[in-house]
Amino acid sequence: MSVLVIADHDLGQLSPATARVVHAVSTLGPIDLLVVAENPAPIAAAAAQLAGVSRVLTASGSPVADSLETLLSTLAVRYHYVVASAGSGGKDVMPRLAAKLDIMPVTDVVEVLGPNRFTRPIYAGNALQTVTDNQAKHVLTIRASAFRAAATGNAAPIETIDTSVVSVARLIAAHRTQSDTPDLATAQIVVGGGVALGSAENFQLIEQLAKKLGAAIGATRAAVDAGYAPNDWQVGQTGKIIAPDLYIAIGISGALQHLAGIQGAKKIVAINTDPEAPLVKLADVALIGDLFEIIPQLLSELDKTGVKR
Amino acid sequence: MKILVAIKRVVDHNVRIRVRPDGSGVETTGVRMSMNPFCKHAVEAAVQLSEAGHGDEIVIVSIGPKTANDVILTALAMGAHRGILVETDADLETLAIAKLLAKVVEEENPDIVLLGKQAVDDDSNHTGQMLAALTNRPQATFASEIKVIGAELEVTREIDSGRETIAIPLPAVVTADLRLNTPRNAALPMVMKARSKPLAVRPAAEFGVDLTPRLIIDKVSPPAERAAGKTLGSTTELAAYIAAEVSQMEAL
Repeated sequence: MSVLVIADHDLGQLSPATARVVHAVSTLGPIDLLVVAENPAPIAAAAAQLAGVSRVLTASGSPVADSLETLLSTLAVRYHYVVASAGSGGKDVMPRLAAKLDIMPVTDVVEVLGPNRFTRPIYAGNALQTVTDNQAKHVLTIRASAFRAAATGNAAPIETIDTSVVSVARLIAAHRTQSDTPDLATAQIVVGGGVALGSAENFQLIEQLAKKLGAAIGATRAAVDAGYAPNDWQVGQTGKIIAPDLYIAIGISGALQHLAGIQGAKKIVAINTDPEAPLVKLADVALIGDLFEIIPQLLSELDKTGVKR
Repeated sequence: MKILVAIKRVVDHNVRIRVRPDGSGVETTGVRMSMNPFCKHAVEAAVQLSEAGHGDEIVIVSIGPKTANDVILTALAMGAHRGILVETDADLETLAIAKLLAKVVEEENPDIVLLGKQAVDDDSNHTGQMLAALTNRPQATFASEIKVIGAELEVTREIDSGRETIAIPLPAVVTADLRLNTPRNAALPMVMKARSKPLAVRPAAEFGVDLTPRLIIDKVSPPAERAAGKTLGSTTELAAYIAAEVSQMEAL
C-alpha cells in the first residue's frame, strides 16, 4: 500500500509538521514524499533524511491549490494514500483533490487505528469520530500536533518530476509575521496571551516570557481581533491547533473555541485574575492574580531557577 | 453580477454538545440550532458586495431537512434575494453536498459562490474546495478580505505564515473566515419582509446525484477528561513548577 505525502515548507525550509505526518502514516506503507516549490532542492535534501521515506519527488512551481490538484490527480493513480498535513495548504488542496478523484477525504486525523480506520475530532474537539474508509483510495490530512516526529538519518533518493505547475491564481502580496520564535503548531512550549494584555505593547510581556523559555507565542482570537497579535499566532478551532508539552495561558479565560485549540497540551498553566475562568479550572496549575505583576516577577524567578533553553 | 451563498444549519455554536451514550453521534434533538457562524460571514460578504454595486442578485442555498428553512429566512432577512432549500433528511457527507451544490451552480451560473470556510459541527472545511473542483472554478479559501476588480477577485487569505493576497479570475469560489466582516442582525421589518421573498423547496433526489455515504462512522466518543489541577500560592512556586517541567522535557 503506497503512500504519497505532500511536504509542507515555508521560506525554503521543510516545515516540522512534515516529519510528524511521515511518522503518522509510516505504518500504512512505503512513503514517497513530494516537494513542490520554486526551488525544491534544499527542502528535498532535508526531506530525504526523514526515516520511513523511500523516495523524494520534486517538482518546480508554486504549490497553489488548483495547480497542485492537477499534479496530484496525475500522481494519485500510483498511490493508495495521498496525505498532507492539516495546515492551511493541506486544507486548501486536499478536499479539491478528493472531489476530482471522487473520494470522500478523511481530514484532521488525530489517530491512525489501521489501514482504513481513523479518528478525527468534530464539534471543536468536543467529540471524536472514528471512521472506516473502504474506498479504493484514501485522501487524508493529518493533524501534525497529534503525532511525534519521524527520526532523521535516512538518505532517500531524490527524483525530479518533469511537470509544469501553473495556477490561475496570482500572488499579489504576502504579509508575513517576522518572528524568530519556534513553529507554533509543533512547539514543545507555548506561551499564549489573551485580551487581558490590553495592548500590542503589553503583549510584548508574552514575547519576553516566550523568549526566555524558547517557546512559541500564541494568542486568542479576541487578542488577534484587537490587534495585539498577528493572525498566524491565533490558537483555536479556526486558528492553529497546538499540542505542546507545556502551555502557559496568560490572561485567557478560555472560550470554547480557544479550548478546542489546546486540547492536546500535556500540561497547562493558567495565570488569571478570575479563579472561575474555564481555563483556570482546566489547568494543571493556576496562579490567580494580576498578570502585570506576575509576569515580571516570574521572569526574574525563572532566572533564579537557572532555566535556559 | 450574481452571487450564490451556500449555508448550513448546525447546532448553535454556543451550545455545549453532548455525545450520545451509545456512541452513535452527538445529541441534536431538542438542541438550539442556528446558521453556521462562518456561513453568516459569507452571507454578510455577499450583501456587502451587493451594496457596493457588485451583486444584482444574491441566491441562498441550503441542503438539509425542512427545518433548514429558518436559516435561509435569516439570510433573506440579512438582504439576500431568494432561497433554495435542497431538501433531504439524510446526513450527507461533504462530497455529496458539494455534488448537489455543483448542480445548483450549473443551474444558476453565479459569478461568485460564497461559503463559510467550515461548519462548526463536522469541522470538515471541505465543501468550498470540493465545489470549486467539481465546477472547475478557481478558489480562494479562508478569506478575510474580498475586492472585485474588473473580472477578477482580489482576496486576502489567512494562512499558516500570516496572510496573503491573491487575484483569481471570475467565476470563482470563495470561503469566508471570521475576520471577513461583522454579520448584521436583521431588523424586524427585514425579518417580516424575508417571509415574502421566494424560497424554492427542491427534493435532493431531483438532482440525480448519488448521495450514498462513503465513510462508515464506527463511533463518536467524548474526548478524555483532564484531571483537576491545583492553585498555586506564589510566583516562586510557579517558577519552580515551570522549571521542573522544562527540565523533564530536556531529559526526553
